[in-house]
Amino acid sequence: MPLTDDKHDSGILVASPSKSTKTNCWSCGEMRAAHFCQTCGKVQPPAPVDYFAFFGLPYHLNLDGPQLEREFYSLSRHLHPDVNAVRTPQEQEWSLQQSSSLNDAYRTLKDPIARTEYLLRLQGVHLEEQSTAATEEARRSGKAKKQVVPPDLLEEVFELNMQLEEARMNKKMGEPDRSLERELHDQKKHLQEKQDGLMQDLHRAWNDWDAVIDSTDSALEDDRGAVLQRMMDVLNQRAYVRNLLRDIDEVLE
Amino acid sequence: MNAPPIVGIDLGTTNSLVAYMEGDRPVVIPGEDGSNLLPSVVALDERGQIVVGNAAHRHLIEAPDRAVYSVKRLMGRGIEDIRDELSLFPFRLADDLLAGEVLRIKLGDKTFTPPEISAFILRQLKRNAERYFDSTVTKAVITVPAYFNDAQRQATKDAGRMAGLEVLRLVNEPTAAALAYGLDKKDAATVAVYDLGGGTFDISILKLHEGIFEVIATNGDTHLGGDDIDNRLIAIALDDIRGDLGIDARRNAEVVQAIRKSRIDAKIALSSSDAATLDVALPNGKRYQREITRAQFEQLIQPIIDRTVGPVKQAMKDAGLSTRQIDEAVLVGGSTRIPRVRQLVEELFQRKPHRDLNPDEVVALGAAVQANILGGRSEATKEMLLLDITPLSLGIEALGGVVAKIIHRNSTIPASATEHFTTGVEGQTNVAIHVLQGERELAEDCRSLARFDLKSIPPMPAGLPRIEVKFLIDANGILHVSARELRSGKQADIQVQPSYGLTDEQVENMLLSSFDNAEEDFRKRQVIEARNEAETILSALEKGRRNSAWDQLTSRERGSIDKQEAALRAVMQEDECQAIRSAIDVLNSGTMRLAELMMDSAVGWALKGKSMETADVGEGPASPHPLAKAEIEKGSG
Repeated sequence: MPLTDDKHDSGILVASPSKSTKTNCWSCGEMRAAHFCQTCGKVQPPAPVDYFAFFGLPYHLNLDGPQLEREFYSLSRHLHPDVNAVRTPQEQEWSLQQSSSLNDAYRTLKDPIARTEYLLRLQGVHLEEQSTAATEEARRSGKAKKQVVPPDLLEEVFELNMQLEEARMNKKMGEPDRSLERELHDQKKHLQEKQDGLMQDLHRAWNDWDAVIDSTDSALEDDRGAVLQRMMDVLNQRAYVRNLLRDIDEVLE
Repeated sequence: MNAPPIVGIDLGTTNSLVAYMEGDRPVVIPGEDGSNLLPSVVALDERGQIVVGNAAHRHLIEAPDRAVYSVKRLMGRGIEDIRDELSLFPFRLADDLLAGEVLRIKLGDKTFTPPEISAFILRQLKRNAERYFDSTVTKAVITVPAYFNDAQRQATKDAGRMAGLEVLRLVNEPTAAALAYGLDKKDAATVAVYDLGGGTFDISILKLHEGIFEVIATNGDTHLGGDDIDNRLIAIALDDIRGDLGIDARRNAEVVQAIRKSRIDAKIALSSSDAATLDVALPNGKRYQREITRAQFEQLIQPIIDRTVGPVKQAMKDAGLSTRQIDEAVLVGGSTRIPRVRQLVEELFQRKPHRDLNPDEVVALGAAVQANILGGRSEATKEMLLLDITPLSLGIEALGGVVAKIIHRNSTIPASATEHFTTGVEGQTNVAIHVLQGERELAEDCRSLARFDLKSIPPMPAGLPRIEVKFLIDANGILHVSARELRSGKQADIQVQPSYGLTDEQVENMLLSSFDNAEEDFRKRQVIEARNEAETILSALEKGRRNSAWDQLTSRERGSIDKQEAALRAVMQEDECQAIRSAIDVLNSGTMRLAELMMDSAVGWALKGKSMETADVGEGPASPHPLAKAEIEKGSG
């Protein structure tokens, strides 16, 4: 993917870690920015890149949300099909491809969980059972999804599932049990706290990951796998807790 | 002459409109009758000609079997989808329809698909615009309900093509409304658009920021609107009539249409007064009369408007916003005129909703803004950019009939997803992919979009081929699929079997036949109109010659008029409308003095007690001008 190293007005500050080669605009011949020409504004042919590279970002997990949004808007003004509606069919096609890549990349990167899952996938880590990706994968292959209960949740989950079952029955019979509902509310609060804690764990793992990426110290390379593993564990637990919360909400609705 | 602008079209369930940007303001283009709204009614008249709008309305009552309304409800749908509609709407389907086939509706002795009927409406709007600009119009932006699925969108696009329009973009109706409202907005804001039209309901939540209109969530119901209110009222009236008068009028299409009309009038009246009276003549000389109060009306419609609450809540949840975070609520669609609906919106968003723009016109105005963004980029729209989303998740059917979602709802479009497929059997050369749209878990509960058959995969052991399929939803919300086999690098051959739609070939055929059936194309029509005008001025001149004023002209003046007349008669034989028009203009100015003299003498006669009619002033070449266009006087053009 050709990306320029220098700062330019679309706001891409950091070059892709891959080798960056400057290319000329197909139309006016001037040096161009990655996705559109800075001189004549024309959309450039798309090149296959990952979502971080599309935005010219390093593989950091801490990400400046407002800055990403500004970049998204700014690139949209050049790449969106509406802006290129009266151009040649070829340019319209490039605009469609570029704009869909932009939207796909932005959608993935702006969401902390999707962003982490995406990075793990880029790093060749296969996500475990609770992740959305794993759910979809299980559906596609037709395999039943394994439910891996995070060990430190085992006991609570057993208890909670019993309560949920009872509450569902009550609901069906139209005989709500107030004290059970109160207990479920307490459980919900507890799980929400758990979820907040997991997000904090995730942020810590992000910091460690970003340090690995920035470091030139080869010793840190060994941490790489460990950090990835930690993130994966957190994501799995988080997905599990999220599903429990969804079940509680369904019953309490 | 400048190229005519790209027009914006609101193809509505009940009414349709065409608009364009005049400078930095969108304006609606009126029809020949001066009305901004073209009723979305199509009929086949006694002479076998298609008539649209008010002209077709008459047939709804007099010959309901030759007329159709609310055809938008049938766009992109199959026979198995519309069982419920058939009990409520007098759609007459072709007798030989097969399951899975595109619907065909009977009008008299002919049958038409819903896109063809929509194309008749679009063609009328196109003509209205062409009359207005005095040149051909070929490009348009057409609005669709935000919650329309792929098949409904494709059907709308097909209709545009059949009408001879290049559809540059399909825009979601609530988004279009936001564009019309946002034209003067410079501040960042979060806006909710509540759009309850004739047949569809949409809710969209948008973020406005420095000219970017970013839709963050949308929801709706493509079969919920004013039509449902009407149907409920009609059903009650029919019950009343059966109970009180012992007449079963349900099968009497004329009576049903008469009730429908009186019900709609009553509904409109109840938006501004506390009671309305229904009065319908029944076949045996009896009358059905009844007063309905606003309170009764509101009670009746409550269950219908309550159905909008679920989608509103879901959209808010998807947007991750609470009502407090909504800065403005905007009302769109004729049904938002009902006070109870406005009250509901106020309750939902805890604020008084906006209704500064006419709710019937705002979508068309927004379409014109989008047309301008696409084509012209005038000063008013140069900073504006619309980022819309897909309303429904896209998925593929996996083993066991479950749906694996690949593009989630509320994703900004264009959006894409790439999936890999392989073979299960040694030497397998085909792979079938079933694509669906919807939020449900099972394929049978989602909307089938199409079956894609990947062909000519090189024969390899099972599991070895790697077929990469790219699903891309374009800015119109329409799906495109491409595939290649990665090991051979070959572009895979895809055969598409749309579940509910016309193939390109079918559209092409309908396009041709609609042109074959067209009475005349634009140029021919222009010549005919010019000739008609020429006839009018020539006959006025004949009358002028018999008037005493003629003798008051100098012989030079008379000679010059004679020459101008001869010139006009000569060019009338040719097919050049411009030449005819300039000859008309020349004769027109040449007879100016004659007209003045006729006027003077008419005034003189009037003073002597003679009537204006006998003076024939009205038809003098200059006063009420024959060039005055048909907008003023029906039937002169």
